[in-house]
Amino acid sequence: MKKYVIIGNGTAAAGCIEGIRSADAEGAITVVSEERRPVYCRPLISYFLEGKTTQEKMNYRPDDFYEKNGCEVLYGRRAVRIDAEHKTVTLDDGAALAYDALCVASGSSPFVPRFEGLETVKNRFSFMTMDDMFALDAAADEKSRVLIVGAGLIGLKCAEGLHGRVAEITVCDLAPRVLSSILDDSAAAPVEECLKRNGIRLMLSESVARFEENRAVMTGGGTVDFDLLVLAVGVRANSALVSDAGGETDRGIVVDHRMRTSLPEVFAAGDCTESEDISCGKRKVMAILPNAYIQGHCAGVNMAGGDETFDKAVPMNSIGFFGLHIMSAGTCSAEDSEVLEEKTDGGLKRFYLKDGRLAGYILVGGAERAGIYTSLIRERTPLSEVDFELLKKTATTAAFSPETRRKKFGGVV
Amino acid sequence: MKRVYVNEEWCLGCHLCEYNCAFANSGKPDMATALKGKPIYPRIHIEENDKISYAVSCRHCTDPICVKSCIAGALRQEDGVIRIDREKCVGCLTCVLVCPYGALAPDGDGVMQKCELCLQNSCGEPACVTGCPNRAIVYEER
Repeated sequence: MKKYVIIGNGTAAAGCIEGIRSADAEGAITVVSEERRPVYCRPLISYFLEGKTTQEKMNYRPDDFYEKNGCEVLYGRRAVRIDAEHKTVTLDDGAALAYDALCVASGSSPFVPRFEGLETVKNRFSFMTMDDMFALDAAADEKSRVLIVGAGLIGLKCAEGLHGRVAEITVCDLAPRVLSSILDDSAAAPVEECLKRNGIRLMLSESVARFEENRAVMTGGGTVDFDLLVLAVGVRANSALVSDAGGETDRGIVVDHRMRTSLPEVFAAGDCTESEDISCGKRKVMAILPNAYIQGHCAGVNMAGGDETFDKAVPMNSIGFFGLHIMSAGTCSAEDSEVLEEKTDGGLKRFYLKDGRLAGYILVGGAERAGIYTSLIRERTPLSEVDFELLKKTATTAAFSPETRRKKFGGVV
Repeated sequence: MKRVYVNEEWCLGCHLCEYNCAFANSGKPDMATALKGKPIYPRIHIEENDKISYAVSCRHCTDPICVKSCIAGALRQEDGVIRIDREKCVGCLTCVLVCPYGALAPDGDGVMQKCELCLQNSCGEPACVTGCPNRAIVYEER
């Protein structure tokens, strides 16, 4: 009977468990879970603050998930070392787990840059885990003034979650625009307007020079007084276990299309990994839930002796703020691609074309059937095969050839 | 497994399937109460250009990317049918971002809905199929 060990208990781990079980009903699966709770929907922590979901509904899988899949979960335990030669994982309590196949699904951690005086701030939070969510939920009240450092996805979703529950929210970021990793200036503008309209104060192109207890002195010279501080500057892949064991890492654990690391029988999946973004051919950390699940599943199947590849990863996000919806996928770089723009009712669509293919897109407001665009990127469809003039205006499969439509709609897919 | 298929040569573009779908999933006793004077949010929709028209609903993919991508764990595959737990859905539209067929759309409240082959409502078989006047939509094993 094969022994499987999974380090981590998030979405990638759930995918890994289901992948293993699709190919091996018998093997022993041990899950090392630093968080003392079953897998939950991590991206929903802001929705909880907002009151749009509950802890119970945040369960990613039914209560009997581990039992049904024959997994032993070691809650509150942390893996400290991988011995790739002897195929063991050492835990923080000194115990050693032997494995035949290992999946590192260790996720990412908040990256906290050095801020002068940060240690003087009493109420400071990250916003990554359910524990963070409960801590912030308990600390926030109608009198709270909140400063969020970082106007990325995490910082802004946190702002939305707290909106209406606290007295004021200020979000600052060193970048000149919000969501700088997925939007350019003109696409970010309507998002910024929407946030401001909802009372979120934005301080862009500046960060905190130093903290003095409940006051932030900004790099621009101003000050912000706050009761609660949320640090959402960025995240770092938890890749040290693999690099310490001699495996290849860069900004994340390097994996191939079968989720193999450079170490034998060691696989990795999810936010801790770095893999090929097929929209630009470069290796990237693509820390999004769909990739985590798909990579985890792929790793699991291969760990169990099956053969699954995942070679269609692209960065993509679907995110809304106060009813304004934003979608983006692929590589959106104006420098080396042709950019086409369409204005829509209250929003815009922007397409980035490269080498006769769709490399990326951004939609602000109006997202109907956007997956048709995403599929063009994922499938590397030559645009000569579709009616892109039509697609630009409306995402419709009517823009595909009759032959392609027959394949898509005429049989089991 | 039986799925819904459409023959685009036979589709008249009459949109009746959209109304039958909205009615079938309304839980109301008659079509007028269910639909009259209200915006409808069917789980099937007609796509058309100047030459052709055809109905699109969930393909119930064998390897469903929407299920794998759902950030709320609200989508699942049950005996081959892709089903949604609308209580868990938070309306993030990630499924819309990934579905290559454009087969998911939110209802009027922003909660996602999708074709579940009328297996859970009173029809018992797809209302779009039973009501299609030209038999362009069929429910069969392929």
